[in-house]
Amino acid sequence: MPAVKETVETVRQIDVDQYKYGFVTDIESELAPKGLNEDIVRYISAKKNEPAWLLEWRLEAFRRWLTMQEPTWARVHYPQIDFQDLHYYAAPKKTPGPKSLDEVDPELLRTYEKLGIPLREREILAGVEPQNRVAVDAVFDSVSVVTTFKEELAKAGVIFCAISEAVHTHPELVKQYLGTVVPTTDNFYATLNSAVFSDGSFVYIPPGVKCPMELSTYFRINEQKTGQFERTLIIADKGSYVSYLEGCTAPKRDEAQLHAAVVELIALDDAEIKYSTVQNWYPGDKDGKGGIYNFVTKRGDCRGARSKISWTQVETGSAITWKYPSCILRGEGSSGEFYSIAISNGMQQVDSGTKMIHLGKNTTSKILAKGIAAGRSDNTYRGQVTAHRKATGARNFTNCDSLLIGQQCGAHTIPYIESKNASAVFEHEATTSKIAEDQLFYCMQRGLDEEEAVALIVNGFVKEVLQQLPMEFAVEAQKLIAVSLEGSVG
Amino acid sequence: MLEIKNLHVEIDGKKILNGLNLTVKAGEVAAIMGPNGSGKSTLSYVIAGKEDYTVTEGEILLDGVNVLEMEPHERAHAGLFLAFQYPLEIPGVATMTFLKAALNAQAKSRGEDELSPGEFMKRVREAAGQLGINPDMLKRPLNVGFSGGEKKRMEILQMSLLAPKMAILDETDSGLDIDALRIVAEGVNAHRDPNHAFLVITHYQRLLDHIRPDTVHVMAKGQIVRTGGPEIALELEERGYAEYLGNAA
Repeated sequence: MPAVKETVETVRQIDVDQYKYGFVTDIESELAPKGLNEDIVRYISAKKNEPAWLLEWRLEAFRRWLTMQEPTWARVHYPQIDFQDLHYYAAPKKTPGPKSLDEVDPELLRTYEKLGIPLREREILAGVEPQNRVAVDAVFDSVSVVTTFKEELAKAGVIFCAISEAVHTHPELVKQYLGTVVPTTDNFYATLNSAVFSDGSFVYIPPGVKCPMELSTYFRINEQKTGQFERTLIIADKGSYVSYLEGCTAPKRDEAQLHAAVVELIALDDAEIKYSTVQNWYPGDKDGKGGIYNFVTKRGDCRGARSKISWTQVETGSAITWKYPSCILRGEGSSGEFYSIAISNGMQQVDSGTKMIHLGKNTTSKILAKGIAAGRSDNTYRGQVTAHRKATGARNFTNCDSLLIGQQCGAHTIPYIESKNASAVFEHEATTSKIAEDQLFYCMQRGLDEEEAVALIVNGFVKEVLQQLPMEFAVEAQKLIAVSLEGSVG
Repeated sequence: MLEIKNLHVEIDGKKILNGLNLTVKAGEVAAIMGPNGSGKSTLSYVIAGKEDYTVTEGEILLDGVNVLEMEPHERAHAGLFLAFQYPLEIPGVATMTFLKAALNAQAKSRGEDELSPGEFMKRVREAAGQLGINPDMLKRPLNVGFSGGEKKRMEILQMSLLAPKMAILDETDSGLDIDALRIVAEGVNAHRDPNHAFLVITHYQRLLDHIRPDTVHVMAKGQIVRTGGPEIALELEERGYAEYLGNAA
């Protein structure tokens, strides 16, 4: 059979399920009753033993949410979500909050080991050079189960803990910054998150400190019929630096699950935040059944002069991705970067991109987005670049490339560019290409089989973005890309 | 080594090869000469397994095994190599990475271990040196922005690293200046031995001044119409292809 035809056939047949993280941890959970109302919001807040101001903040968001409509502008299609048919809180019974490792249910530790995330510091220390160490905050359904290397980080003055913990240990910081980048009124899902957010990470880097190791959060959805609403808040004080990475997986389930996160980054004068995501939520099966609806709001505020925020994302999972990590370039001379690889296969739908909002003078931004569509998937880049009146000397460079594999997928590029300042310079480049049969034939003539050939060509295509990831994760991401595209050719 | 029997090939319903017969023995360097449109490139693509072509009749045997049932990469593993007339560009993939992927894929097919990084580097440097290829070029994405001559040298570099038993060179001389031509020819000559065979496809005689063929076949209208020694090449240079275009079936 000619390869093209065969490719199409194979894609039709594949169980997209090369997904290797689809197991379920058998653990007893405490669940909030299904449904969403003020009592549930109070229930969550009470579970976390929150101060009154935070409960009030949540309730306000909830009341606001009741008046809002689900957005419909993205190029994604899915059945109506029944928000009353979800659990908004799920926690492993034996580990209801962040504890020391000895107190964590061994079943949970085994889960993270299976996912390749060792949590026992002693084991991590045994095999890893100090400069390559990574501190991990492990979030399981609605709670953070453990955060590693906290003490060592504390010596440098770095605060890295679950946000539910920070509310108690550093209320002044949380109160000062929470909701200042993504306000509770921002959008349907961000508002929902504000009402019911459960856990996530909190990071504070004091002035002048370069965080001594990579920080990372590993999100795992386990319970069924449960939404995950994590909230992450990272503050880099003047002249500090932090590199942060998040990873995510979920079991295979027949029903789609909702994940609506909010991430807020704040960089003060001369601070730099590098935020990387390797997103590998369960993508659903070959017919589009199940999978995670990944509807997240991520935004960074370059609040200080010469501050810098860079987003790097490798998106391979989720049935639907709706995600636009953005930068508000407020501080004079601040800069934002967005590097993205978004891969869709099977029936996945991706609508992702970024917003670069130039408010301050001489602000710069760079966007490099690579979309790869295979199978019957749809892959959209949506990006907005704006310069406001005072943004004299703003500059943006955007490059979006799409690569199509096979005949039944789609790639779309939707840029919005708006400048209210005549001195702003915005450049936009976009290409769409198809892996040429000739290129495949050439590689195969040298002895590579078709999958190896596709992987090689794709890796070449995404190379510039992969280079932005921290070393250890770049290797991981490269493997993930190969796995995501398994079965995309004959 | 290579035996082609009564090969009939069509593309989009149009007949290109018309019962072609050809034999290349182990250790032999055979040349195919012919006018444009005689089906020379089609022949090389069909041997290598390009999918656009439909073989309606005939066989292609490599050491007695019919390769028509094999995928292109399986043919490569069996020892077939095609130096492309128009080598493809692979953006973002360093030439070195590509070479390594190809060598490893072939080692794997033979059940061998991958080359150690040291051994790999040594072989590549050596082979590149012989072909006058600047090592810096090996860091650049394969064929991207390379001149015509550089691309052809890169094909010969791949050939010498993969050491195929049956190498087909499709108009490797086109687009080469005389110095490049000589270097490419030396690359081929260095691999001539009783276990390797070459099929050199060309429009002009000049490449054959540097690669002395054992046999010359004349191809016209999808068939081999004449077979003889190197003297045929000289004759063609003088008289052109006109007589074959009239005579062929």
